[in-house]
Amino acid sequence: MHEISLVESIINIVLDEMPKYNITKVINITLKIGEMRQVVPDALRFGFEIMSQNTPLEGAEIIVENVPTKGRCKNCDHLFPIEDWFDNCPKCEKMDIEIISGKEMEIINFEGC
Amino acid sequence: MKVSVVENILKVNDSIAEQNKKFFKSKGLLTINIMSGPGAGKTSLIEKTIRDMKEDINIAVIEGDIETTYDADRIAAAGAQVVQINTGGACHLDANMISQSLDQLELDSVDLLIIENVGNLVCPAGFKLGEDCNITLLSVTEGDDKPFKYPMMFNVSQSLLINKIDLLPYIDCNIEKIKNGALRINPELEIFEVSCKTGEGLGNWYNWLRKKMTL
Repeated sequence: MHEISLVESIINIVLDEMPKYNITKVINITLKIGEMRQVVPDALRFGFEIMSQNTPLEGAEIIVENVPTKGRCKNCDHLFPIEDWFDNCPKCEKMDIEIISGKEMEIINFEGC
Repeated sequence: MKVSVVENILKVNDSIAEQNKKFFKSKGLLTINIMSGPGAGKTSLIEKTIRDMKEDINIAVIEGDIETTYDADRIAAAGAQVVQINTGGACHLDANMISQSLDQLELDSVDLLIIENVGNLVCPAGFKLGEDCNITLLSVTEGDDKPFKYPMMFNVSQSLLINKIDLLPYIDCNIEKIKNGALRINPELEIFEVSCKTGEGLGNWYNWLRKKMTL
């Protein structure tokens, strides 16, 4: 996944929101990123370190909540983590699965003063 | 102070993609975004599609590459309107790049707009462009484990074309493994086995496109 593009978007979203709350310095930003997006958190942090220089976000900590890939069995409604794409539903053994999480890419909140 | 945001990180891109989509709809276009790793055969597929369908289907193409106009030159030679986007380093097209290129195309009489994305099995899957359909192209020479290694691309696509089937006698590729894997990741995926070199299987792909154009 393209970490620099993501970082640019994150910085712009936070810069937009800050004035509404009179925040002038950002301390941390919490992200929710789904496993299927294949974002590398360290690469994201490295990109953020570079792109946030000389902005009010410089020095802010990036907190990443990883969302595992989860499936829902369309046959019996059972929810389960997908560790191997060849896993059938562990409850009823059917292979009719809907992916219900793992594609998220969100800013959840940020903290500042 | 903690500020709750709960915002899609790519909201700006997605918003421009929505605008693109509305524009395409207003022109009566079917817009498809073709994605694959480098060398899987995207440009060859588009060339063949143009040559075989242009008698009755008006096709325009947006080409995406980091550098060069090689692909746009090939598309022009095949007989379709084309604009080349050079991303200059970005490994995927985004909605803004598409939006900026549209005034270089005359789209009033176009039926099918084909976007050829940058060759990359990762990033293009994450950036909506305003397309109606995502098409993933995988060639049999790339390895039959690719759906599991790059699940996002297969998950967001409506169709998978498995290309270069003319080479199957010469390589170790289990095509059933590709199909089973891809369907695990996306049970709705429509799969076509094709050879852009020999033309085998392309008829089914054209029928699928025609059906999509009438919807």
